[in-house]
Amino acid sequence: MTRVFISRDMASVALGADTVAEAFAKAGCEVVRTGSRGLFAIEPLVEVETDAGRIAYGPIGPGDVKAVLDGTHANRIGPIGEHPFFSGQQRFTFARCGVIDPLSMRGYAANGGWKGLDAAHALSPQEVVDAVKASGLRGRGGAGFPTGIKWQTVLDTPAHEKFIVCNADEGDSGTFADRMLMEGDPFHLIEGMAIAGHAVGARHGFIYIRSEYPFAVETMHEAIARAASRIEPFTLEVRVGAGAYVCGEETSLLDSIEGKRGEVRAKPPLPAIEGLWGKPTVINNVLSLSAVPFILAEGPQAYADVGFGRSRGTMPIQIAGNVKNGGLYEVGFGLTLGELVNQIGGGTASGRPVRAVQVGGPLGAYFPPSMFHLPFDYEAFAEAGGLIGHAGITVFDDTVDMAKMARFAMEFCAVESCGKCTPCRIGSTRGTELIDRIVAKAPRKADTVETLPQMRNAGTAARTHDEEIELLRDLCDTMKHGSLCALGGFTPYPVLSALDHFPEDFGSAHVHAAAAE
Amino acid sequence: MTENAGFQTVIDRHALPDQRGALLPLLHALQEEFGHIPQPAVPLIADALNLSRAEVHGVISFYPDFHTEPPARHVIKLCRAESCQARGGAAIEGELARHLGVAMGHARKDGQVALEPVYCLGLCAIGPNALIDGRPVARIDTAGVEAIAREVEA
Repeated sequence: MTRVFISRDMASVALGADTVAEAFAKAGCEVVRTGSRGLFAIEPLVEVETDAGRIAYGPIGPGDVKAVLDGTHANRIGPIGEHPFFSGQQRFTFARCGVIDPLSMRGYAANGGWKGLDAAHALSPQEVVDAVKASGLRGRGGAGFPTGIKWQTVLDTPAHEKFIVCNADEGDSGTFADRMLMEGDPFHLIEGMAIAGHAVGARHGFIYIRSEYPFAVETMHEAIARAASRIEPFTLEVRVGAGAYVCGEETSLLDSIEGKRGEVRAKPPLPAIEGLWGKPTVINNVLSLSAVPFILAEGPQAYADVGFGRSRGTMPIQIAGNVKNGGLYEVGFGLTLGELVNQIGGGTASGRPVRAVQVGGPLGAYFPPSMFHLPFDYEAFAEAGGLIGHAGITVFDDTVDMAKMARFAMEFCAVESCGKCTPCRIGSTRGTELIDRIVAKAPRKADTVETLPQMRNAGTAARTHDEEIELLRDLCDTMKHGSLCALGGFTPYPVLSALDHFPEDFGSAHVHAAAAE
Repeated sequence: MTENAGFQTVIDRHALPDQRGALLPLLHALQEEFGHIPQPAVPLIADALNLSRAEVHGVISFYPDFHTEPPARHVIKLCRAESCQARGGAAIEGELARHLGVAMGHARKDGQVALEPVYCLGLCAIGPNALIDGRPVARIDTAGVEAIAREVEA
């Protein structure tokens, strides 16, 4: 019986992988459902096991079974590792994704699984924390805080009870690495969390997954049940979000697990000292926790040897939006934005020129092609007025209206704000109105109260276009520095970057030519 | 009274002494069972978890997933986030709304279909995307809109 491998990833299923799998099963094949390899242009992808290894074909429809099985199908790719999208990758975290049945304990163990956990159990907690520190791993959720330092704080805080929390509330548009890993290699995340538990002395962990990821929720539930005896005495449970983007912020995520409204907490106290139910809590992103098994299994130096500047190791970069070869590309830091968008991504799917890319989700800056020389690195992006965030890159072609995107950033912030702090709650709504007025070229006129004779200091003339732009910048400044968390604090990134690099869309002359050229 | 007994069964399953932070899992379970969170269940939840009714109401109203009204027979959750916009999501939203005769964020008066916004399904390289009654659909174009409309009218 021929064995074929077909992804069960949500993206592959959305493209029809289930009907393809049914067709192969009907033809008498043994169908193994895997995670996704990560290149969606060739999905649904079918890999056929042969004496010469797995031969990939894609995209494949349910009517292509015969041509695939006799090897004559036109979409024959060959061994997937030789495909240009995959040959340049360094897969530390996603090594097994797309290769094995995600829920096969045997497959996981046979492909290097549990090596990190076994290595960690042979070490003292302090030695595990030291290894994570030495690897140079920084939080993959966006902030880039050194993971080892966070773990050290939790280890050093005495308490009867500590927690490991995995932030799998991946709400940023343009990112899907957490989802792919949970669906394609869930034991890997479980192993990372069990290592964290050993390192800081926590016995229980929560994985908080957004409700928009039903496949990941189901896979993690099942994987936890199957791995329970392997990770003892550590225990895990899944908590499902309920559609609030702000719960991806760590403190509001903690409140949500506690069963409250997902409102942001003021820091300090840090969650590492007073986190879930006031107990010391490690809260890390899926990708941070999933980087740990490699570090323990292969040694921190093997991880630190890859990277760029102070950004060590690999980053699973997600290339999305209007792009030809969209997907997940795991590689060491340091590739330039241009290489990622044009060479690896292959430019736009529409075939039109790239006009802008947004890096880091809805709170990340928009960059024009003139900045494509930027290396993918936390510091380089911060210096250029942006952030790499969760490493999602959303590509836009030249039909994009950047004033509309800036307005959307404000609108999104208004929709998703938790309401606790004023700059975010009210600033976002005022920002939306302000951008509407700027685009409509209808500056605000003085109102009835302002024109009263006793209002001597109030302006009575309508604002000019430049004054409205100035006000928008001022509002962004208030939101950036006055908001409690990154939702209000980072919404100015897309707004200001759109304004700086694409002023013509706001009806202004191209004054920031130096930055945009 | 029988209806309340139905709520109470679900509540008792989740409001266990060793279940900390039980409110969200409980609300999900109620919604799964009854399609929405009925008003009469609120005092029962509050009582079981030793919370005030205001606290329970506060949580229900905070999270967009929780509904206090029965859902439409078909629910379309269309992504409105940036990556889908980059692939023509706004135009698809307009077409879908026209075809179904319902505005974004609303249910049609006959209760047949609701069009809800969702901000990212994590299928960002193959947009515009939607969940049709929980089933993911990608690369929605004009033909896709027509197929969705046919599906939900049936």
